Amino acid sequence: LNTVYGLHLGYFTGGAELLFNGTKEQHVKLPSQSEQWDVRQLLVWIKTNLLKERPELFIQGDTVRPGILVLINEADWELMGQLDYKLEDRDNIVFISTLHGG
Amino acid sequence: MPIPCSSCEKKLAVLKRPKTGHSLCKDCFFWAFEEETHQTITSAKLFHQGETVGIGASGGKDSTVLAHVLKVLNERYHYGLNLILLSVDEGITGYRDDSLETVKRNQQQYDLPLKIVSYEELYGWTMDQIVKKVGLKNNCTFCGVFRRQALDRGAMMLRVDKVCTGHNADDIAETVLMNFLRGDIARLRRCTAITTGSEGAIPRCKPLKYAYEKEIVLYAYFKKLDYFSTECVYSPNAYRGYARAFLKDLESIRPSAIMAVIHSGENLSVKEDVKMPVQGTCGRCGYISSQGLCKACVLLEGLNRGLPKLGIGKHHKLHSRLLRDQPLTEREEKKLKSVDF
Repeated sequence: LNTVYGLHLGYFTGGAELLFNGTKEQHVKLPSQSEQWDVRQLLVWIKTNLLKERPELFIQGDTVRPGILVLINEADWELMGQLDYKLEDRDNIVFISTLHGG
Repeated sequence: MPIPCSSCEKKLAVLKRPKTGHSLCKDCFFWAFEEETHQTITSAKLFHQGETVGIGASGGKDSTVLAHVLKVLNERYHYGLNLILLSVDEGITGYRDDSLETVKRNQQQYDLPLKIVSYEELYGWTMDQIVKKVGLKNNCTFCGVFRRQALDRGAMMLRVDKVCTGHNADDIAETVLMNFLRGDIARLRRCTAITTGSEGAIPRCKPLKYAYEKEIVLYAYFKKLDYFSTECVYSPNAYRGYARAFLKDLESIRPSAIMAVIHSGENLSVKEDVKMPVQGTCGRCGYISSQGLCKACVLLEGLNRGLPKLGIGKHHKLHSRLLRDQPLTEREEKKLKSVDF
């Protein structure tokens, strides 16, 4: 079962979009693979393919840097299994970076 | 898999609350967040009927959520408050000018009056000009000290009874840690107080003191509030950055760590024989100060005399001469002039 996933990625606030060349949102297509993609693999893919500079501001270990909120289809990823969430075609993933002050 | 809201059990949950572990839908979350803020306000008796309250508004997530929630609660619970947005324009091109545009939109959206005070009108210097003189090493000291006073002076111009700021639980936990790590016992003792500065100065309060940053961000996101979110162009503030990263790491393992640090800070008692600074007033501007001159006046004096380092570090011995506008010796001047960029 080789599905190609089309995902909508959003980067919000606190300069998260700056890590992605100023892009606030984009549609991406993940290459097909034999097993279903999960968020853990998506983060690795983002790091390799989308992050231009300073990946440590986005990824720490195999997960997002603490303080970055992740929404999967407008719900907190902590409700969705976080890294183990299995991606579906047309999922909407939003990363919100929080920062101090204002 | 999406799971149902643990409160209404009807709609799907949109977030897991760090404070309680509950999974709530949007409406139940909005309600819980607002009610808890109301609880904080009423149990600490932050406001009284008929008061004029200035909301320190930067256009960022915290103050935007604060303005929104205070407006909602003022109507829902008939606080009878006269709310005013109060902003400080530090004069930082590419940062504050943009965020003030957000505040101006908030003014329309929330139908609240807005007052902006600028460093330029208060001190004769914009942050952009100050950075040119002092470099990027100590600029946050100038900005922090000036902002605190600017907010107070704006509050006095508006004759408000109180000023509230958007400091959240994560901010306060960071500050507790920073003061602890610096050995700053005086600040450690007062930094968790929900209201400060009632003698003489205009009281300050923090209605979002117990609100997690995660919830503030998600409240703003789900309510689609209009807020500005770019890091200050001058901002490294490394010390706070470390405290923040450490707390975020802790929080990811155990979310209650934030509340626990605040709780520790609140219940700390300082030994009787610890020397505490005596609060007096500044000999030049009358602002509260534990020295002859307040920090803002020393920093300003340094800028105006071309001695930018005057306010950095401790030079208390010079205060009496500064107050009498006496010159410093060549050696003293030399020490205060050199700036490492």
